[in-house]
Amino acid sequence: MTTAILISIIMTLVGAATPILLAALGELVVEKSGVLNLGLEGMMLIGAVTAFGVTFTTGSASLGLVAAMAAGAAASMIFAFLTLTLTANQVATGLALTIFGIGLSSLIGQNFVGRTVSGLEHIFPAALADDPIGRVVFGYSPLVYLSLVMTAFVAWFLTRSRAGLILRAIGESDEAAHSIGYSVIRVRYLAVAFGGAMAGLGGAYYSLVMTPMWADRLTAGRGWIALALVVFASWRPLRLLGGAYLFGAVMTLELHAKAAGINIVPPEFLAMLPYLATIVVLTLISIAPSGRRNAAPACLGKPFRATG
Amino acid sequence: MRLRLEPRREASRAMLYGTPVLAVALTVLAGILIFSLMGYDGLAAIYQIFVAPIADPYRWQDLFVKAAPLITIALGLAIGFRANVWNIGAEGQYIVGALAGTGVALATWDMQGYWILPAMVAAGILGGLLWAAIPAFLKTRFNVNEILTSLMLTYVAVQLLYYLMRGPWRDPEGYGFPQTRLFSEWQTLPTVVQGTLVHLGVPVAFFLAIAVWIVLSRTVTGFQVRVVGLAPQAARYGGFSARGTVWLTLLTSGAFAGLAGIFEAAGPFQQMTPQFSVNYGFTAIIVAFLGRLHPLGIVLAGMVLAVSYVGGENAQTALGLPYAATGMFQAMMLFFLLAVDILVRYRLRVVVPADLSRPVEARHPPARQAETGAHVSSTPIDKQRESLSA
Amino acid sequence: MSRMNRRQILVGSAATLALPALIGRAAAQDGPLNVGFVYVGPIGDYGWSHAHDEARKKAQEHFGDKIKTNYVENVAEGPDAERVIRQLAQQGNKLIFTTSFGFMNPTIKVAKQFPDVHFEHATGYKTADNVGIYNARFYEGRAVIGTIAGMMSKSGKAGYVGSVPIPEVVRGINAFTLAAQKVNPDFTTQVVWVNSWYDPAKEADAAKALIDQGCDIISQHTDSPAPLQAAEQRGVYAFGQASNMIDFAPKAHLTAITDNWGPYYIDQIQKQLDGEWAPGNIWWGIEKGLVGIAPYNDIMPADVKEAADKVKNGIASGEIHPFAGPITDQSGEVKVPEGDTIPDEQLLGLDWYVKGVQS
Repeated sequence: MTTAILISIIMTLVGAATPILLAALGELVVEKSGVLNLGLEGMMLIGAVTAFGVTFTTGSASLGLVAAMAAGAAASMIFAFLTLTLTANQVATGLALTIFGIGLSSLIGQNFVGRTVSGLEHIFPAALADDPIGRVVFGYSPLVYLSLVMTAFVAWFLTRSRAGLILRAIGESDEAAHSIGYSVIRVRYLAVAFGGAMAGLGGAYYSLVMTPMWADRLTAGRGWIALALVVFASWRPLRLLGGAYLFGAVMTLELHAKAAGINIVPPEFLAMLPYLATIVVLTLISIAPSGRRNAAPACLGKPFRATG
Repeated sequence: MRLRLEPRREASRAMLYGTPVLAVALTVLAGILIFSLMGYDGLAAIYQIFVAPIADPYRWQDLFVKAAPLITIALGLAIGFRANVWNIGAEGQYIVGALAGTGVALATWDMQGYWILPAMVAAGILGGLLWAAIPAFLKTRFNVNEILTSLMLTYVAVQLLYYLMRGPWRDPEGYGFPQTRLFSEWQTLPTVVQGTLVHLGVPVAFFLAIAVWIVLSRTVTGFQVRVVGLAPQAARYGGFSARGTVWLTLLTSGAFAGLAGIFEAAGPFQQMTPQFSVNYGFTAIIVAFLGRLHPLGIVLAGMVLAVSYVGGENAQTALGLPYAATGMFQAMMLFFLLAVDILVRYRLRVVVPADLSRPVEARHPPARQAETGAHVSSTPIDKQRESLSA
Repeated sequence: MSRMNRRQILVGSAATLALPALIGRAAAQDGPLNVGFVYVGPIGDYGWSHAHDEARKKAQEHFGDKIKTNYVENVAEGPDAERVIRQLAQQGNKLIFTTSFGFMNPTIKVAKQFPDVHFEHATGYKTADNVGIYNARFYEGRAVIGTIAGMMSKSGKAGYVGSVPIPEVVRGINAFTLAAQKVNPDFTTQVVWVNSWYDPAKEADAAKALIDQGCDIISQHTDSPAPLQAAEQRGVYAFGQASNMIDFAPKAHLTAITDNWGPYYIDQIQKQLDGEWAPGNIWWGIEKGLVGIAPYNDIMPADVKEAADKVKNGIASGEIHPFAGPITDQSGEVKVPEGDTIPDEQLLGLDWYVKGVQS
């Protein structure tokens, strides 16, 4: 029985971690470029409702995923235009985007309440996921594998690719990057669009995979956890992966402990944990002398305007 | 030919006061368009949201009561925002302030005396202040970004509220429902206008607005806040301490939020419930920006937001306009304000594209804002950037 | 409370001052009767508020142009609710349904200012001359699904996704377990609290955890169909909540307890139209149709359907009481001796679990 439960716990925690990981990967790239977009929750909701709506209408979940990414990216362009082109305050714009997303997704979703779709097909043949070991490797939704691929891609992109180095340079010192001829604004636009698309994908995980349905505020605040995760991971993709699974494990194990009849601490204190842990990590990386290098991108949240 | 933004030598006063009006006007136009496209009577919807609450004197008390906490919190936040200290965790400070005051109320529930309410208010202020002291400490001691810590602490505060309501502070006579007992007569905030709901928190909010205005525009402290925000280098030469400013602004905004929290608990709520958190702390950020970080602007902005809330309910009953439409409407109002804000510092010029290729460095908005009293919202977070890259 | 509340005195005098103006505004009313509804959630929540709004639509349909219904959704419990309720009263709604427990104190406050307006508050315990209260005996439905669970479960262990431990939820858990134990005396119910009425992802994960721990039937007292979907994915049975949720889980969904506020709303509105409305203290259940049982899934064997119907009809006719003794609590102490039932006053504040409940 223990192996079966263990495998099931792993699968549940991967499921809980994946949408947060997807959204956080996008936000990580955004923040690495020096932009702080607090509108994650709003973009995730827009992605979730779009994914559901398109899948419900066309019958194609793949189309739903593409639409969710497009919708998330489109929503992020409102943010980009205001903060990058018009140099508006990023904190205020991000919060407005979240309010906007909650409202818009609710309006779009009115016709989809109470409906369901069949969700995403698995990519691996069912036979592979027959035995427990096979299941823990091959038994997930395609989005889980995509999130792993994207983690590797973002890690490679930021450290190995030329474009990624430019993006990081812009996040560390936009002025310097600008003076040697890089287009700060264009790169940040692309980063924000990527962040929006990934948030849309994260939202789609809820409405197509986790609970194939739409209801108001389906993501129930996960966007804020994703935001915390980026900081918790000190802006590093591989730590982000570990952090997402750690957050997922805390959430899953709490429920498993309760299902096994074990009540250790009041659930409210467990719910505080991700946020408290994030504050602790943030403090630690600020204290550690080596951590300074890994700390927040220098230009995070700062508007940039080149004139001429 | 294309449009180009050209920096102004001085912030435009006309635009400073004109842009909020422009933003509201654009929101109204967009609202009419969108609501009409959704199949509602767009004009009627706007009338219900923006005009009906003001046209009805009976509604005014609601506007004041709704606006008071928003204004109080936003005033505190604005002081910090001007100094480039980004406390976005006012919601948490609001909750913890209210909880601290509630703690006093529950400890004194069978007592009598005029000292009880002031003790609750003092506890409320202290609670908010202490909650804000955490990001202030982490920021000044370890250079930890206060945007992130204050935000995270909000979610900690919400869980703390849930824990206390479901556990230790539950009303023993309340059939097990998670909320505290009702506050006693000694623990409730008196109304100030006989026959209305307008409680003490309303005049206090207005009083605070005037006080903050005077402090910011007429005192050395106010000058310090503005200089640290606008020109951190100059502030250092001038002997103003960046750390001191972080402490000052975070504690002040925390205290204001805590005050708003205990006023809301002891006034309109008269008890503490798990539903106490309705994102006033986040809405106040919008109010602060809509009011251009100016105390009097914030009073106006708080009233505008209150109108849109009350009006949104009007629109629901009168036209069946969904709640979500009101939320979108408020978000749009902020989008438009943030968008037109740039006109304060830049003017639109029609230019030939050839000019665009010449890169010229001009990082800081060249406009001088220090003397205008009002302040543009999109100041670079220079100081924060310094601390983070240190 | 013996002490006079200082604030209430003020409010009282406010009412006298404001009243002439109010009557002036609200008096001239020809045409349809205006009926107001206040919801705590968005009507798109597909749970509690959704069910109330469906009932509002039924009432509107039933009365046609004799009434006009107005609603405000997503109203925060507290001062916002007070404002909205007052606004509805002022706008000429003569009967106002406030549909969440947290609207209790705001409803009472506003009712004092509008003695001519009638209020109906759901799930609370405070009444007044113009405030009636109503609730549904959902635990009766829990007894029916408990019976089904007792017969369908092979492991004899049910998982229960709970929201927050208020009496309403505690009653449901107990009634469910007691009914199942009538079929299978060793039946146990494992509860996982998600500490929220609505968090689909967490509800789904809680259901999965329960299934992993050997529960082969899932019941829930949260608003979303997520636990049901989790049950469908894992191939175990489950029950819908608030409305028929068969579309979300065609194989797992055995039946659902449905919230049918419609009959009550129609009844009260009719009384208001006839000028016969009086404040009541209503706690109706299956008999009056407030609590419904959705059609059974075809995969349920005939004997299970029969047993479920027997419990349902027995409760409706009064022959069966879900809380009939003997009942022992978790510690094994006999709380209700044979021949007794738990009286309503105690049910209202129920805060202990019967034997077999693990929480």
